[in-house]
Amino acid sequence: MSKQNLFELKNIAKRFTKGKETITIFDGLDMDIASEHFIAIMGPSGSGKTTLLNMLGGVDRPSAGDIIYSGQAIQNLSENALANWRAQNVGFIFQFYNLMPMLNAAQNVELPLLLKKLSRAERKKKIDAALTLVGLADRARHKPDELSGGQQQRVAIARAIVSDPKLLLCDEPTGDLDRTTATEVLETLQLLNKEFSKTIVMVTHDPAAAEFANLHLHLDKGEFIEQRNNEAVA
Amino acid sequence: MNVLTLIRKNLTRNTLRLVLNCFAIFIAFLLFGALGAIKNAFEAGVEVAAADRLMVVNKINFTQSLPLSYVNKIRSIEGVNNVTWANWFGGYYQEPRNQLMTFAVDPESYFQVYDDLVIPEQELDNWIKDRQGILIGERIANARGWKVGDRIPVSSNIFSQQDGSSTWEFNISGIFRPENPQTDTSYTLIHYKYFMETQVWGGDWIGWVPLSTDDPSLNEQVIKAIDNMFQNSPAETKTATEAQFSKAFIEQIGDIGFIIMSVVMSAFFTILLIVGNSMWQSIRERTKEIAVLKTIGFTAQKVFSMVLAESFLLAFIGGLLGLLAAWGMVNVITPLTQNFLPALVMGKSVFLSGLAFILLLGFVTGIIPAWQAMKLNTIEALNRS
Repeated sequence: MSKQNLFELKNIAKRFTKGKETITIFDGLDMDIASEHFIAIMGPSGSGKTTLLNMLGGVDRPSAGDIIYSGQAIQNLSENALANWRAQNVGFIFQFYNLMPMLNAAQNVELPLLLKKLSRAERKKKIDAALTLVGLADRARHKPDELSGGQQQRVAIARAIVSDPKLLLCDEPTGDLDRTTATEVLETLQLLNKEFSKTIVMVTHDPAAAEFANLHLHLDKGEFIEQRNNEAVA
Repeated sequence: MNVLTLIRKNLTRNTLRLVLNCFAIFIAFLLFGALGAIKNAFEAGVEVAAADRLMVVNKINFTQSLPLSYVNKIRSIEGVNNVTWANWFGGYYQEPRNQLMTFAVDPESYFQVYDDLVIPEQELDNWIKDRQGILIGERIANARGWKVGDRIPVSSNIFSQQDGSSTWEFNISGIFRPENPQTDTSYTLIHYKYFMETQVWGGDWIGWVPLSTDDPSLNEQVIKAIDNMFQNSPAETKTATEAQFSKAFIEQIGDIGFIIMSVVMSAFFTILLIVGNSMWQSIRERTKEIAVLKTIGFTAQKVFSMVLAESFLLAFIGGLLGLLAAWGMVNVITPLTQNFLPALVMGKSVFLSGLAFILLLGFVTGIIPAWQAMKLNTIEALNRS
């Protein structure tokens, strides 16, 4: 598969200061993420998976190095510019769904669209399309506490894709789900990758979940120690 | 859904907290509106005082009389435009509890000085011609249902007639109205001469001398000239502007404004602590949701304005309901307070200052939570369990 790079990470360093101690997470990490890939990043706790995901999503900044997205370095963008960049380009899916409890499914999905200049009819069309894609069109008026965990995660996926970003960043998206439900969620992600050309970066501890990705990266102590193409998916 | 809906949904997510907060704010603004109206009623005389009107009273205090001869002397002073005089009658209608504030005045000159009172020309002429005529203020006429042509008995709790009776019979010659609705018209006017000739003590003395100047800029000069003229006389004078006179009169009761503002400010401070703490707690409870909003692209400024807007919305709901309730309450009690607080109205000034306080409350209670939300560390908040 030879596809154009969506992301290029060059010589990334990330350090935290805790008291008098400086903790180094990454020191000179390089990484390319090709468009339309579904990447699973695995590794032990503390290996830097979530930190990497946050940096890819522009939520966190590297201490040094460049993060280049479609030819644009994003690490030096202002907070506002980064927020706008996220709104345009990235969809986030979290382990615990992070839906707003007082909003129904459709309203949760609508949140990213509030940042765009769209008419009510245009917003409704996009919400309906996203909820239909994740199989929850009939649950649009249900609030999160009226939905199962799997359904809540699918609402979160609909929220992530409603503004049609190129990139989906998933942090343990099935970590809180049973196997059957997790499989449904992962199949939805796979569908988004294959049919809708979304680039997906998924952090997971679960080898079964990683099997849905076409590239496995194993991260340990801030370095990729193993990279494997998943022939079954590719 | 739009951003306003999102703000509203956030505000109404905890109904009990919303109701309690709204109730606290409601009470504060109910107090503010009602006490503000009472304060204004006490100070109505000061607010509507004519800039060019002065009052001359006895220097000892205003219950001491002045010689009638002072009127012409004052009239001769440069800068004085019109002069009239008045005396306290101390009236009541039928029973002493039905107070009827009555002044014995000079009919020819009174309305020249009080040119902000409106009376039909025919009614004024009839009054001037009828020594037993009485003019009724509009507020009293409305409250008692009196009309021109009625004959009413007015008694005095100070004076009595030569036959021993303390009740005078008067014909209602006319009804005077204010140009400014806040001007008090809860009093009546009778002929000074008729009063003096019929009451037992007689004499050429008067209670006070109202006058107008050619221009408000001459007030100080005229005040000095009058008081200097009667210096070292048996009845020294104290002259002041009408506003100063009204203020001094009110201050005999106490500093009403200070007392009322102290109560209101205490209530506000308490509400500020309650609502501010509640807003802060409400934001703390949803740090993760705020982090999610920021993650999906809401800018820090947008989050800041949303939290602040929520605080303003809360203040507006409780505050406006409180002001409306105060307005309703004042309207209900106004007829009951005609005798001792005739100008009790919740005017525009109270309502506008109420709105300003609502804005202030919204800002003060919302600014810290909004700032915290704006500065929230997204990663830390997302990692919070």
